Amino acid sequence: MTLDTVKHAEQTPDAEQPWAELGLKPDEYARIREILGRRPTGAELAMYSVMWSEHCSYKSSKVHLRQFGEKAPANDAMLVGIGENAGVVDVGQGYAVTFKVESHNHPSYVEPYQGAATGVGGIVRDILAMGARPVAVVDPLRFGAADHPDTKRVLPGVVAGIGGYGNCLGLPNIGGEVVFDACYQGNPLVNAGCIGVMKHEDIHLAKASGAGNKVILYGARTGGDGIGGVSVLASETFDDAKPAKRPAVQVGDPFQEKLLIECTLEIFAEKLVAGIQDLGGAGLSCATSELASAGSGGMRVELDTVPLRDSSLSPEEILMSESQERMCAIVEPDKADRFLEICEKWDVIATVIGEVTDGSQLEIFWHGEQIVDVPPRSVAHDGPVYERPYARPEWQDALQADDAAKLPRPATGDGLRAQVLQLVSSPNQASKAWVTDQYDRFVQGNTVLAQPEDSGMVRIDPDTNLGVAIATDGNGRYAKLDPYTGAQLALAESYRNVAATGARPLAVSDCLNFGSPEDPAVMWQFAEATRGLADGCLALGTPVTGGNVSLYNQTGDTAIHPTPVVAVLGVIDDVSRRTPVAFAEEGQLIYLLGDTKEELGGSAWSQVVHGHLGGLPPKVDLEREKLLAEILISASRDGMVDAAHDLSDGGLIQALAESCLRGGKGARIVVPDGLDPFVFLFSESAGRAIVAVPRSEEVRFNDMCGARGLPAARIGVIDGTDITVQDQFTLPLAELREAHESTIPSLLT
Amino acid sequence: MTATSSTAAGPTGLGNARIGVVTFPGTLDDRDTQRAIRLAGGEAVELWHRDKDLKQVDAVVLAGGFSYGDYLRAGAISRFSPVMEMIIEGARQGLPVLGICNGFQILTESHLLPGAMLRNNHLHFICRDQRLRVENADTAWTNSYEAGQEISIPLKNIDGRYVADERTLDELEAEGRVAFRYLGMNPNGSLRDIAGITNAAGNVVGLMPHPEHAVEPLIGTGRTDGLGFFTSVLKQLVSA
Amino acid sequence: MARVVVDVMLKPEILDPQGQAVHRALPRLGFEGIADVRQGKRFELEVEGPLDDAALARIHEMAETFLANTVIEDFTVRVDS
Repeated sequence: MTLDTVKHAEQTPDAEQPWAELGLKPDEYARIREILGRRPTGAELAMYSVMWSEHCSYKSSKVHLRQFGEKAPANDAMLVGIGENAGVVDVGQGYAVTFKVESHNHPSYVEPYQGAATGVGGIVRDILAMGARPVAVVDPLRFGAADHPDTKRVLPGVVAGIGGYGNCLGLPNIGGEVVFDACYQGNPLVNAGCIGVMKHEDIHLAKASGAGNKVILYGARTGGDGIGGVSVLASETFDDAKPAKRPAVQVGDPFQEKLLIECTLEIFAEKLVAGIQDLGGAGLSCATSELASAGSGGMRVELDTVPLRDSSLSPEEILMSESQERMCAIVEPDKADRFLEICEKWDVIATVIGEVTDGSQLEIFWHGEQIVDVPPRSVAHDGPVYERPYARPEWQDALQADDAAKLPRPATGDGLRAQVLQLVSSPNQASKAWVTDQYDRFVQGNTVLAQPEDSGMVRIDPDTNLGVAIATDGNGRYAKLDPYTGAQLALAESYRNVAATGARPLAVSDCLNFGSPEDPAVMWQFAEATRGLADGCLALGTPVTGGNVSLYNQTGDTAIHPTPVVAVLGVIDDVSRRTPVAFAEEGQLIYLLGDTKEELGGSAWSQVVHGHLGGLPPKVDLEREKLLAEILISASRDGMVDAAHDLSDGGLIQALAESCLRGGKGARIVVPDGLDPFVFLFSESAGRAIVAVPRSEEVRFNDMCGARGLPAARIGVIDGTDITVQDQFTLPLAELREAHESTIPSLLT
Repeated sequence: MTATSSTAAGPTGLGNARIGVVTFPGTLDDRDTQRAIRLAGGEAVELWHRDKDLKQVDAVVLAGGFSYGDYLRAGAISRFSPVMEMIIEGARQGLPVLGICNGFQILTESHLLPGAMLRNNHLHFICRDQRLRVENADTAWTNSYEAGQEISIPLKNIDGRYVADERTLDELEAEGRVAFRYLGMNPNGSLRDIAGITNAAGNVVGLMPHPEHAVEPLIGTGRTDGLGFFTSVLKQLVSA
Repeated sequence: MARVVVDVMLKPEILDPQGQAVHRALPRLGFEGIADVRQGKRFELEVEGPLDDAALARIHEMAETFLANTVIEDFTVRVDS
């Protein structure tokens, strides 16, 4: 086969090209020809096709994502915003924190272990590329029905992959979620988040400037992994009829990644790089075009110098390869030797593959012949932008009219007791220790809180006790009923979870998991959810710093529930003030904060007891959320509460059960006057939390809530080894524990 | 400069005791271990796997992690590094050496301790707060404890199942060389619930659980049961 | 280039939970009649130069000291023709 050089492309303008097979639309191909003024070479076509894919270009979501910038609240903490590998916020004392959540959904369905493992690897490199030391990971996961046979294949593989990779990197896994719903059958959601810490002056950006600077590729050799994975795997609906559309996913080597982390941090410490970018989706195509585009534009790369694992790879394949554990750095010539020396120390292969030029084109050569000559911005940023049509689905009204309030409720104390046990032992509400015990939560020696706490928390300065907290939340059932409100509920819950541990919520990252953007109903869900999230972030004063969109999560015509997963990052000045969920001290008073209304739409109760989804989700009051957060943070700082737990899915009884089981203590509870016991126990009204108040602090705590206007009701006391709801039922902790902790192991082993 | 000569020189006070912490490619708990040593009152010294001298340290900790990715077998590749040659020689002459998790695996691969570690019987990585009984409180790394004392420190591994042949196990038991035993649930199928062992001289100790993760009340499990490992060796060095 | 294969297996008396997991899965997948499964490792060595007795002896030594841990594992060396 002859090499398709730029010269050859000019001479053969009418040659047939496989643009359709590479996922490009006719008008997109025409646009490439227009940009170049000729037909693209094979290598150029490969680059455009991967970079203009949904996954890399955000072509369907871009018009909606703009709101996160346009509606961003004024926030002095924001150091780097949307558009870089990850956003960066100031957390005080000269420290900056970067964090982001990404999806690795489709690959994890095809090959659960490697899909999930490389998802962790990718997000960690994103964080590393900002100049930060990664300090913790979190994993929000969603699977099909817990008792479906395929869940038994996917879940253990995903969990082993996350553990196998993350544990080997030495990153504590401190949070996340495990959710089951039949809507995720065939489309599991494997989202992965990472937090990194650096000093302000260490922030690095992905840009290539300074003519003569070296382009150094370092890390693993390039192989045939995931070629076309971006365009095909992440951007097309799975179709069982076409197995060829499921190429092999990439295989990760966590050992190589660990070396890459340590090597890169040493390189940062010696200030050897002018710009840096990790290689993820779209591999070298992405790294070279983004680096050049963000810099002065010109870059020349000798592609045949790239170290290969498989010597038979074509230049197109090298450009598209998604081999893991690779980074690309821009280095001044006089620093290149030291850079290579550090790589050698860590046994990391590093190769100068090109240099920054004073031109404006990205030029790539193969054994001396030019195969790419493109304006880098046209590849990296000038991809198509679609205003996809969207329309509120016609079934939405009927769904919302199917009110959960009409569902039959237990009439007796015994009936309530039975449904409490049914709830806490249901797969979604049961203990996830089987999963989280496969993750190392202790490594690095800075973990203050980890799952099942409300948020994960790590200390970032052992001398001052400065720490950061992170929570991730999403509720696809709420979002299905009302995507705007559902997105705000996810944000509110995550925000509340951070505040419940005593940390001040600071910024947001999101992972937006939806069905096909070509379906107007899905596009409406997406538009509503992004609008809800942007409005919510404005109201709470927490800007979106970055995130990720995953579309085409559907099988045939059936999309997953719209599932915006929201991560909130918080800061705590002194981690010794953190508030855990455990009710550990007998005699302390239990207070319910916030208002309980009859809100059962999308609730765990309606799902577990009735298999029902309908009505409206709980109402959101973001001003109330802010007030609740302020109270929780003040109470933590001033030592007024010893435990706190946010109320969300499963309502009060779920939170109470978790706090009691965690502390190994029971509780005597009285239903407040005027509240129906069933509504009190199972309603999912937002803006609520339970706290344990030492008797010596009761007056002070009550005064604070009263002065600031937050409803606070004393509902009981920590006591004994049963949970007793007066006049209703008594549940021994041992029975509750058995119900709560045996479900997941018995389903999966 | 050999390790033994620096041990013989001995520290004059706790603060002067130099304890080396080895970093292999893939070591994870090296910084945590250094912090634990400092909290116990010692000076932590970084040792690199390619080092050919031990920087006059008085004792060495092989920290946990996945050196060389646990490829081939956990600890099998690290065991052949230059720094290990020095450590093996030093250990034979009395240098206190503690192997934690991957470090324990390296010690068995080096034949400084008998037996081997295999995949957990349930095949999963397991991370939990683990109760242990200190069976032997006379080693360089356990003299701050009482024999029979129960402690609770984190356990986190996938290759943690201790095995050895019956004769070796009987010998370990008879000589009091089972240093730690799991209490409650045996987390990985280790024979005779063995969590850690010592050599006959008591200077080389290996265990799977992680004392360095239980040294601060705020962090991890919130207990400080692991600090005694590091104060033990400092005490031993002072009295030596 | 000559190829030498080193097979490493756990000693018979050592519990092999990975092999057992595979064995337990077989009936579920419809594979009957397998009495036991044990899992091992296979190393394929591409040898430079002549494969004489000295070379084989070196490989044997390599297997004994490095590729296998003879505390728990047995190994075999054979020339792949």
